[in-house]
Amino acid sequence: MIDWLTEPFTLQFMQRALAASLIVGVVCSVLGCFVVLRSMAFLGDALAHAILPGIAVAYLLGVNLMAGALVAALVVAFGIGLFSREGTIREDTAIGILFAAALSLGVLLISTVRTYATDLTHILFGNVLGVTGADLWLTGGLAALVLVVLLVLYKEFVLAAFDPVLAHTLGRRPELMRSLMLVLLALTIVVSLQTVGVGLVAAMLVTPAATASLLTRRLPAMMAVSATVGALSSVVGLYLSYYLDVASGAAIVLTATALFVAAFLVAPRRGLVWRRRGRRATA
Amino acid sequence: MNGPGAGRATGDSVLLIDDLRVGYNGLPALDGVSLTVPHGAQVAVVGPNGAGKSTLFKAIVGLLRPQRGRVLVHGRPPGDQTDPVAYVPQREEVDWRFPVTVADVVLMGRYGRLGPLKRPQPADREAVRRALEQLAITDLAGRPIGELSGGQQQRVFLARALAQEPHVLLLDEPFTGVDVNAKEAVLELLQSLRAKSITVLVSTHDMETASQRFELVALLNGRLIAYGPPAAVFTPAHVSDAFGGQALFLDGMVVIDQCCPGHVGDGTGHRHEHDHRPELWHRHGEGREAP
Repeated sequence: MIDWLTEPFTLQFMQRALAASLIVGVVCSVLGCFVVLRSMAFLGDALAHAILPGIAVAYLLGVNLMAGALVAALVVAFGIGLFSREGTIREDTAIGILFAAALSLGVLLISTVRTYATDLTHILFGNVLGVTGADLWLTGGLAALVLVVLLVLYKEFVLAAFDPVLAHTLGRRPELMRSLMLVLLALTIVVSLQTVGVGLVAAMLVTPAATASLLTRRLPAMMAVSATVGALSSVVGLYLSYYLDVASGAAIVLTATALFVAAFLVAPRRGLVWRRRGRRATA
Repeated sequence: MNGPGAGRATGDSVLLIDDLRVGYNGLPALDGVSLTVPHGAQVAVVGPNGAGKSTLFKAIVGLLRPQRGRVLVHGRPPGDQTDPVAYVPQREEVDWRFPVTVADVVLMGRYGRLGPLKRPQPADREAVRRALEQLAITDLAGRPIGELSGGQQQRVFLARALAQEPHVLLLDEPFTGVDVNAKEAVLELLQSLRAKSITVLVSTHDMETASQRFELVALLNGRLIAYGPPAAVFTPAHVSDAFGGQALFLDGMVVIDQCCPGHVGDGTGHRHEHDHRPELWHRHGEGREAP
């Protein structure tokens, strides 16, 4: 049994994969609490797809893919902010337009390369087994940055998320906090690129946080539970990927989904089973 | 404008509104509103749904910028003064599923005194404790806000406003959608604020309460129709001006239909005769204030 658990991680690339998956699982899940509470799931997904052209350009130029993604993500984050502030189009419409256009541009650029299909698959769904030592350092550094900013400004993020009107009357700038949240979201998506890819990062942002919201009643607890669910999904998903020889990003996301379904069914007070039973008891 | 008391440049008035035009997307919801509120006064802002009551409040706290005219609080534009203005929004504007407890919400009232990086201090905890106590919700401190009744939810936001230690308090429709006890709790709180000389503006379409419990009434409908003591404001001419086809006068009584314009005098009766029957008032109007 112990051998069964330790065997995959005697391989160095698997060690790196585990480290990267854990980092991504935790940072996505913690930031994801705000994504869920602010109903930014669509925005997160769009942002993830919208960085594809950045990756493509970096790929074509032969520079670090994450650096390309980072630049693109920041540009798109501010672009969406600008669009929605003008107020002439609804935000979800603006996101939809940007999302599709950027995805197309990314695919178009990547299609100029001969190994198109493989490369696109890696970008869309991640290739955690290909994480290099340098990638790992960049991933860890950016993830730490996101978590530190979130921790230091926690009170301000909660205020702006829960009650932007109060924030405003207290002399704060809630729209500034929203922009900062978009930047953190962009960084998190970049961090997640190699593990789950742009196609699945939205799931890691939303699913563990949604699971935690069923199990907790206060935000700090929600963030802690979400981080645990995210980390657990990463580890379990990676084992599944190793032993069943399936795509790692998809295995991680489906593990998280399974945990969500379990919580949805049996969560105390809010789970389906609990509510059914409660209804029968009162009937 | 730097010395002590410089903010009181407008004499005894805490709030000065001068020829205000304000609204959304360039269209005015309120136009030509001018009024001054003396220090410590309690003003009922009355008007039909969509009259611009919430809009006026949003202009006073600086959420909406004037398209014309100006708003001065203690002689300064909104957001500029050190004396906080506390705004209690309508309950529909709050995300009740947000995972915060009653104590968390009330503590947010202290954030204005804390810098962005500063953690709450013992003095802030103490202010929260006092505010919870004053609203008699100390035992709810650890409860998530989503598990509260309507009246309790309102008390939480009133407690938060008290924790802000404001000089001006704006309550948006505090009597809408709550039971008689919750309404009495708000009125009792207003009584205690009177002793502290806190200036209060309350929006409502409850003319009964406005005329009995407030010394000043501002009657609105897209513009300021009348402003002054209730007896001077609630004249048949002013009321029909504000409520239009919704107001009907029968033997000295005013009948208001808050439901549907033109749907008046159908015999179901929303009578007003200063007769202690507030439950007849806005049976159709509950919670239908336009956002």
